[in-house]
Amino acid sequence: MLSQHSILQVENIATCFRTQEGIVHAVNGISFELKKGELLGVVGESGAGKSVTMMSLLKLLPMPPAEIVSGKATFDGEDLLKLDLEKLRKIRGGKIGFIFQDPMTSLNPVLTIGYQLTEPMREHLGLSRKNARIRAIELLDLVGIPMAKSRMNDFPHQFSGGMRQRVMIAIALACDPQILIADEPTTALDVTIQAQILEIVKRLREELGMAIIWITHDLGVVAGIADRVAVMYGGYIVEEAPVNELYAKPKHPYTQDLLKTLPNLEGKRAERLESIKGQPPSLYQVPRSCPFAPRCNRVLERCKHENPVLTSRNNNHNVACWWNPDSGNDS
Amino acid sequence: MTKSANKTLLKVDGLVKHFPITHGIFRREVGSVKAVDGITFDIKERETLGLVGESGCGKSTAARVILQLLQATAGKVYFKEHELTSISKEDLRKQRPQMQMIFQDPQDSLNPRMTVGSIISEPLFEHQQLKGKERRERVEHLLHSVGLNHNVTNRYPHEFSGGQRQRIGIARALALSPDFIICDEPIAALDVSIQAQVINLLEDLQEKFGLTYLFISHDLSMIRHIADRVAVMYLGRIVELAPSQVLYSKPLHPYTKALLSAVPIHDPVLERKRKHTVLVGDVPSPANPPSGCHFSTRCPIAEENCFKVSPEWRKVSPDHSVACHLV
Repeated sequence: MLSQHSILQVENIATCFRTQEGIVHAVNGISFELKKGELLGVVGESGAGKSVTMMSLLKLLPMPPAEIVSGKATFDGEDLLKLDLEKLRKIRGGKIGFIFQDPMTSLNPVLTIGYQLTEPMREHLGLSRKNARIRAIELLDLVGIPMAKSRMNDFPHQFSGGMRQRVMIAIALACDPQILIADEPTTALDVTIQAQILEIVKRLREELGMAIIWITHDLGVVAGIADRVAVMYGGYIVEEAPVNELYAKPKHPYTQDLLKTLPNLEGKRAERLESIKGQPPSLYQVPRSCPFAPRCNRVLERCKHENPVLTSRNNNHNVACWWNPDSGNDS
Repeated sequence: MTKSANKTLLKVDGLVKHFPITHGIFRREVGSVKAVDGITFDIKERETLGLVGESGCGKSTAARVILQLLQATAGKVYFKEHELTSISKEDLRKQRPQMQMIFQDPQDSLNPRMTVGSIISEPLFEHQQLKGKERRERVEHLLHSVGLNHNVTNRYPHEFSGGQRQRIGIARALALSPDFIICDEPIAALDVSIQAQVINLLEDLQEKFGLTYLFISHDLSMIRHIADRVAVMYLGRIVELAPSQVLYSKPLHPYTKALLSAVPIHDPVLERKRKHTVLVGDVPSPANPPSGCHFSTRCPIAEENCFKVSPEWRKVSPDHSVACHLV
């Protein structure tokens, strides 16, 4: 099953949160594969389960209330979900790097940038204080922080938002990860700063060739950088395809509608925006039907009592939907 | 569109807002944050003026000064026949019902301890002394016009989703039948699939009640959709103002150009072919803006003169204004 170029294979991962109000079914059985050097874009609205999926892989969720119900994540010949904490710590920040959404809250405000950068290298790579410092300065240079050497002893509050996100990227890259998981890394930033960060990521991919999982809700960002895109809704991957294919021929009604709701920056201005009626699904209910069924305008009787599974339609294009876009009927 | 022939509803002339920076126990003033540094524009009746810019450029402060929620440091705001910065408090209060605001985060702008009914009816009682059945009917009518069920009046904001909460905020803004509404990032906190719903609602309401909007956003593609004219702000100043289709197809100011090229478009084929102008560095601090043109430190085409002399705000065509030496 594990193909040669695959670096991470996730099978049927499911995570829920046991809260006082009931069980939140955040992720309901997700499978995907990440190839070497590939950039996988994961798009979806808030509550779709994007972050929870990725955090489950490294058990970064508070447990309890979170609970990984099932699943398997094969990385480097081992199942990440079965590893003990000691081994997992070696992977977190080492072979798998993480960039979080908010650079304001994910850096420690009372430690210098230099300390936060050198710590993982000394921990994972066993570098000496001096060598780690040299490498840290190189990394800051790499992500485009001017006068890197003199900024090593600065604290996070002395950096702007964009600069802090660059520091976060530098930390994530510190130990030469094989996989970089970026969770909405540009969402908190302005467009001109976002453009700077995207340039850096494109350049780093060419230079370092690592695999990246890029979580975002911005379909525009993904269009520019991803090789393959997975669309998530209500705790499921509903569609997955190579980037050009997905934007040109979306097959799931949710993806189709979502692309139509976005206003254009060029071309003709629409008289009126298309909108998707209704609200995202409540995650308290046990998912037994298609999560998009209540909002779907192509809904079939079958959708209301049977959950579609992600199946391959043609060359790498996977869709979880009973409706067939070609015939308009049950597929 | 014939909106350009309409009467001017709001005119902002050289509006300035500086926040003092104080130091020491005597609160000695040592400097000021120049949040809004002299902006001039007007809005016609039934028009939507889009105001775009990055965070910290003074968009929201400008909105608050226009509505007199903050006192202007200098400049004038003309609303209909009144000049708002100098009229008495009582006169200003009489004008308030006609100008309303919709806030960014519906979570923070609705009182969690008030029911939806009392949130929407509070302005009705304050300004129009509506009571009893009349007030109830008006609230139900308002809820209906924003697409909510009238039986939600006894529920609390936390029982609603983000999009529904924003509808409650819109109903409150509409309560006193205003002419002018400032929408301060009304969709920034909403999910993509909900944004279009709220934008369509705002457009329907504009049509139905003849509203005039000042629409503040950092989302350039949404501004393009909703606005008739667009003003681009950078570090407290407006750098370019033009009709929407002109600004997006033929931007003149280097900042507008860079801003437009930085927005990723949702088409992988086009997006990878586009030329991106990536600006270097960050937005300077408004407490210490660069001399001359505020954009000079990041401008890709800046010349010597730009660092010394502030460019004047001038018209390049009857409805297209720009502040740049090199245009």
